[in-house]
Amino acid sequence: MTSLAEAAVATPRPWLRNLALPAASLVFAALVLVAWEFVPPALGVPKYIVPRVSDLLLEMARMGRQENLLAHVVSTGSMAVLGFALGALFGAVCGYLLGLSPLWERVLSPYILALQIAPKVAFAPLFIMWFGYNAWPKLIVTVLVVFFPILVNVLQAMHTADRDQVNLARAYSMSPAQVFWKVLFPSSMPSLLAGLRIGATLAVIGITVGELLGGEVGLGYLITFGEGQANTAMVFNAIFLLTIIGIAMYGAVAWVEARVLHYIPRVEH
Amino acid sequence: MAAAVALELDRVSRRFATRGSGLFTAIEALAFSVRAGEFVSVVGPSGCGKSTILNLVAGLDRPSSGRVLLNGLPVTGPSTHVGFMLQKDLLLPWRSIARNVEFGLEARPMPRAERRARAQQELQRCRLSELADRYPFQLSGGQRQRAALARTLAIEPDIVLLDEPFSALDSQTKLLLQRSFAQTIAGAGITTLLITHDLVEAVSMSDRVLVMSERPGRIVEEIVVDLPHRDDPIARRPLPRAQDLMTHLFDALHLADRTDA
Repeated sequence: MTSLAEAAVATPRPWLRNLALPAASLVFAALVLVAWEFVPPALGVPKYIVPRVSDLLLEMARMGRQENLLAHVVSTGSMAVLGFALGALFGAVCGYLLGLSPLWERVLSPYILALQIAPKVAFAPLFIMWFGYNAWPKLIVTVLVVFFPILVNVLQAMHTADRDQVNLARAYSMSPAQVFWKVLFPSSMPSLLAGLRIGATLAVIGITVGELLGGEVGLGYLITFGEGQANTAMVFNAIFLLTIIGIAMYGAVAWVEARVLHYIPRVEH
Repeated sequence: MAAAVALELDRVSRRFATRGSGLFTAIEALAFSVRAGEFVSVVGPSGCGKSTILNLVAGLDRPSSGRVLLNGLPVTGPSTHVGFMLQKDLLLPWRSIARNVEFGLEARPMPRAERRARAQQELQRCRLSELADRYPFQLSGGQRQRAALARTLAIEPDIVLLDEPFSALDSQTKLLLQRSFAQTIAGAGITTLLITHDLVEAVSMSDRVLVMSERPGRIVEEIVVDLPHRDDPIARRPLPRAQDLMTHLFDALHLADRTDA
């Protein structure tokens, strides 16, 4: 069995084939950008509706010089990471606690479901009224948005943990704490990390909504600012940068996931 | 010494409350004992309460009446004197094989180095040393069961409970693994209770076979397998006397089925 697996790994792969796919993706991106640059002007679409790619680049450079762009990017990025970290921590802790106490879970589950369905970003104006135009409202919205998918994923993992593995640990006279740390917690890792991946992308949405509604800093603020000036290019650029932040966070979680879940065989296509 | 009783079930019954008001009797006044170093198999039709016996002896469940005695002491909860193994190997996928073998030892106050050494020793006995750093997904079904046995023996239990450990394997792997287990168990001189529905397996591996009836489970027959090669089921299987016992068991089980039908 192992010799078969080793043989599959040892088979040399032509480097050309490994590069073919990324190359195709890049060619596709280049085609889209070229079309974006030339098609809208050819159809007579004005710049303030769809700016050209070159306009976006020029506007990006101007934003960097005149709008303190770096500070906005750093603010949004750091707030997204902080909100994600706090939301993930609370979500995971609550998920494990509820998973360990079925009674509390049954008592609270209707409310958890209701809060999970409620559009969390709609709470943002409320938080602004309570806490004012500062960092708190957007941070709380982000924490709330990240909290639920992670809570639900962890809870699910606690339910589906292998009862026989738990019994095995109990048969070895392990304490409840040992059963948790040695069996339940590690067996929840795949679900927790899947939750974190979802949370990483939602964090950017949470922070953006918070910034759109209040405050004078962040890429969300630049979107409303650009909108007020009818500066379409600025809006496009801010969206682009928000996407980059989201991809970076997602990538970081995926990187951690690949290392933590090394023991799960990956399916080769 | 050899005659000392390691495990005794003293008129043990286990009833479960069913949905509604009824009581469901899994085993009824079950009585048997296993001597130290003996290899005893329990065979019976499916649903005769074999797994209930295992849970009672492992201390994961309590009898409704009667007593389960281990080395003369009543079983009141999970104990480090019992090792058990199921059809599922229950290896933790996030741990290497060596760390899986260490798992049972982690419940004890024991220095890490000693635990490591103990696991290495057990891996060697189960001929798994070269797989110590692999992860469960990299092993074949038979290798995984051997690793599970190593984990079970690592805690140096007084008795090992095997609940159909070979039933999920293909027939060739099964034969080789039965021999591997028989050698390891004979070498360690450990008391073993094997729960199985495979009559051939029961005769070729044990000193004694207990036949259970359908639910509620009772012992309907006891067969002493007085044959050589307990450490090699492949050699014992073709013996004419073994064949006779297998045929006899087949009939016994068939009869047991009828009386309870």
